[in-house]
Amino acid sequence: MDLVQLQRQLVDYRTSLYHEGFLDEQFTQLQSLQDENNPDFVVEVVSLFFEDSERLLNELSKALEQQIIDFKRMDGQVHQLKGSSSSIGAHRVQKLCIVFRNYCEAQNVEGCLKCLQQVKHEYGIIKTKLESMFQLEQQILNAGGSIPV
Amino acid sequence: MESCNCIEPQWPPDDLLMKYQYISDFFIALAYFSIPLELIYFVKKSAVFPYRWVLVQFGAFIVLCGATHLINLWTFTVHSRTVASVMTTAKVLTAAVSCITALMLVHIIPDLLSVKTRELFLKNKAAELDREMGLIRTQEETGRHVRMLTHEIRSTLDRHTILKTTLVELGRTLALQECALWMPTRTGLELQLSYTLRQQNPVGYTVPIHHPVINQVFSSNRAVKISPNCPVARLRPAGKYMPGEVVAVRVPLLHLSNFHINDWPELSTKRYALMVLMLPSDSARQWHVHELELVEVVADQVAVALSHAAILEESMRARDLLMEQNVALDLARREAETAIRARNDFLAVMNHEMRTPMHAIIALSSLLQETELTPEQRLMVETILKSSNLLATLINDVLDLSRLEDGSLQLDLGTFNLYAVFREVLNLIKPIASVKKLHVSLNLAPDLPEYAVGDEKRLMQTILNIVGNAVKFSKEGSISITAFVAKLDTLRDSKAPEFLPVLSDNHFYLRVQVKDSGSGINPLDIPKLFTKFAQNQSTGTRNSGGSGLGLAICKRFVNLMEGHIWIESEGLGKGCTAILIVKLGMPERVNESKLPYVPKMPTNHGQTAFPGLKVLVMDENGVSRMVTKGLLLHLGCDVTMVGSSDECLRLVSYEHKVVFMDICVPGIDSYGITIRIHEKFSKRHERPLLVALTGNTDKVTKENCMRAGMDGLILKPVSLDKMRSVLTDLLEHRVFFEAI
Repeated sequence: MDLVQLQRQLVDYRTSLYHEGFLDEQFTQLQSLQDENNPDFVVEVVSLFFEDSERLLNELSKALEQQIIDFKRMDGQVHQLKGSSSSIGAHRVQKLCIVFRNYCEAQNVEGCLKCLQQVKHEYGIIKTKLESMFQLEQQILNAGGSIPV
Repeated sequence: MESCNCIEPQWPPDDLLMKYQYISDFFIALAYFSIPLELIYFVKKSAVFPYRWVLVQFGAFIVLCGATHLINLWTFTVHSRTVASVMTTAKVLTAAVSCITALMLVHIIPDLLSVKTRELFLKNKAAELDREMGLIRTQEETGRHVRMLTHEIRSTLDRHTILKTTLVELGRTLALQECALWMPTRTGLELQLSYTLRQQNPVGYTVPIHHPVINQVFSSNRAVKISPNCPVARLRPAGKYMPGEVVAVRVPLLHLSNFHINDWPELSTKRYALMVLMLPSDSARQWHVHELELVEVVADQVAVALSHAAILEESMRARDLLMEQNVALDLARREAETAIRARNDFLAVMNHEMRTPMHAIIALSSLLQETELTPEQRLMVETILKSSNLLATLINDVLDLSRLEDGSLQLDLGTFNLYAVFREVLNLIKPIASVKKLHVSLNLAPDLPEYAVGDEKRLMQTILNIVGNAVKFSKEGSISITAFVAKLDTLRDSKAPEFLPVLSDNHFYLRVQVKDSGSGINPLDIPKLFTKFAQNQSTGTRNSGGSGLGLAICKRFVNLMEGHIWIESEGLGKGCTAILIVKLGMPERVNESKLPYVPKMPTNHGQTAFPGLKVLVMDENGVSRMVTKGLLLHLGCDVTMVGSSDECLRLVSYEHKVVFMDICVPGIDSYGITIRIHEKFSKRHERPLLVALTGNTDKVTKENCMRAGMDGLILKPVSLDKMRSVLTDLLEHRVFFEAI
């Protein structure tokens, strides 16, 4: 595929992500912070998000498997996840975290479990989507072009 | 016994003769033997003797001769054949050696003789060298004298000392009887006796300069022998003694007008002084060449030293003069400063003091005008009002002018509507003009821009003043006002050579001409028009009013606007034209004419909106922390990140201007940190601003923040623009609470 086509593909893909509610304008903000002083800012932040979220999700899973569930601690972790996802603009994940928190407050184990599953699911989708987007961007850069804003 | 072969007849031996021969032979032999011994002895004694082997030869010759004579002793009596043969051998040998020696001597004797001549030659040479040595020593001595003399001369910069020293040293070195210096007089026609060696007070002898002897001396730079009867040499009354030889040399004087302005006419010939030296009388001494050379050298040195002294005198005088002038100037300056300060103080006081009563008078008189008055009263009140208005204008003008002269007045630049200015002027002047039945017309050129950049108020004041003058001084007729953009050729006015207009892209020159058909002005009075307080007497109108300051102020304003104003008139009764040219700026965009020209808000676009602003960000969540950091870095801040409250307390310092704290994370007691930071920084201005970042949109959070002592609250998510404006607000007002 040639450069122009690649670029068009990227733009379309991005637009679709916004349309479908996977990303919100916070992600745009992130992109605007990327400049020649910080050329890989977005990638770095998103990678950090992936690491953080995976860790949190593991811990949440573990916590919910315990006999005695520490809701307070879980609440803190969900709060973290919510913060991270809102920082990068992972809209759906953030929404789910809010719901999750409500369940934690209500100490509803079932609700929490269900929510956790949903969060994991959404997280998986957004991760895949973001990774494909970065791949596209890398392809464009390798072809010698520049990323369209 | 065999008889010998001697040929001699056998006489009976004559005893006496025999005896004598016997003795002589004996002595000859002795002598002959002793001579070589002596030779050997003395040669051995002397160190050098070149002809050793000649000596040997000679010695052999002598010895053999001696031997011969010795052997002869035996031949007086009958002798044997052996003796005879020995005798023969000896004689033969002797003969051989003698011949050889004789031959040798032919070679040697000339040599020996030449040695003698060489010796003589060397002796002569030695004598000659001795003489020359003596001469050189004398010269060396003289040279030393010269150097010492020069040193003496050069060691002082005082002219008299130089000359006196010269004479003294010369006298001493050359053992002179008299030494004198003749200097040219001011007129340059005579030589005056200035310095002598022996006579203490030289009487002012003068000698005309155009004496042949003197001319001869002046024309050459060598010391010249002159006759003792020459007038310059006749210093003492002629006595019985024979005067010694006299030598004169010229001393060039560097003309002082090379160094300062002189009102003497430049002399085309160089000036010389004359130095006369006299040897002691009654002595057989003569002037030697080296002595003459010495004199010449000294004369040159003296010339140089004198010129140095002259330069020094000049510069000392100039310096003294400058110092005096400096002192005087300083005094004058201080006086001027005092005067200015006094005037400024006076003005400052009078400004207020004068305006207050004026204001009262004007206000109350106008109020009075509104009330019921009889016609006489009304007239009186009107006069009061008019006079007080005039007085107020005068006060304002005086104060304005003094500010203008100080240079403290600055133009208020702004974009304004040029056409409106002219319309305003016209509106103001129309009533008065119609009262006087004068027709006023306004012509604005089509290429005149509608908007311009400049001082609107003062431009209007100037134009109004000029038009007002035109109206004032016209009793009838018409007044025309024209305004257009001036082209370069029309800009130059020969009467104002210092007005040099420069055309550039964003400026244009506005030219306004106000022509009236009034009383005109005498061309001779035109220069006075723009001077302060010089009221034009010839108009003779007592009611003209005006303080005479108007035009002066106009001129100052026009100068501030980098323009030029002047008045042309052909004479009394022929009307006059006032022309003014001012430099106005082109407005950038027409839309901007509504806005103030200089925007008050600095635009904060670009990365370094807050260059180097040190901030601390505390957030437990790595991702959001990174995002906030990215935001702030993008704005140019210097960001420190901390992930816990302890770290925050540890790292926070007075260098950080703002601390962003994420407070919705349980586990971090943000309020506690706030209090602890407050404690840490006792002085308010050292403390960084504490801002809470939160996603909580409830009022309780906001109240808690305020209570804890935070300076601000921002809701997440924060966009770049939001952060920028928040920071701006924060830094300006030191508090920012987002509306929840």
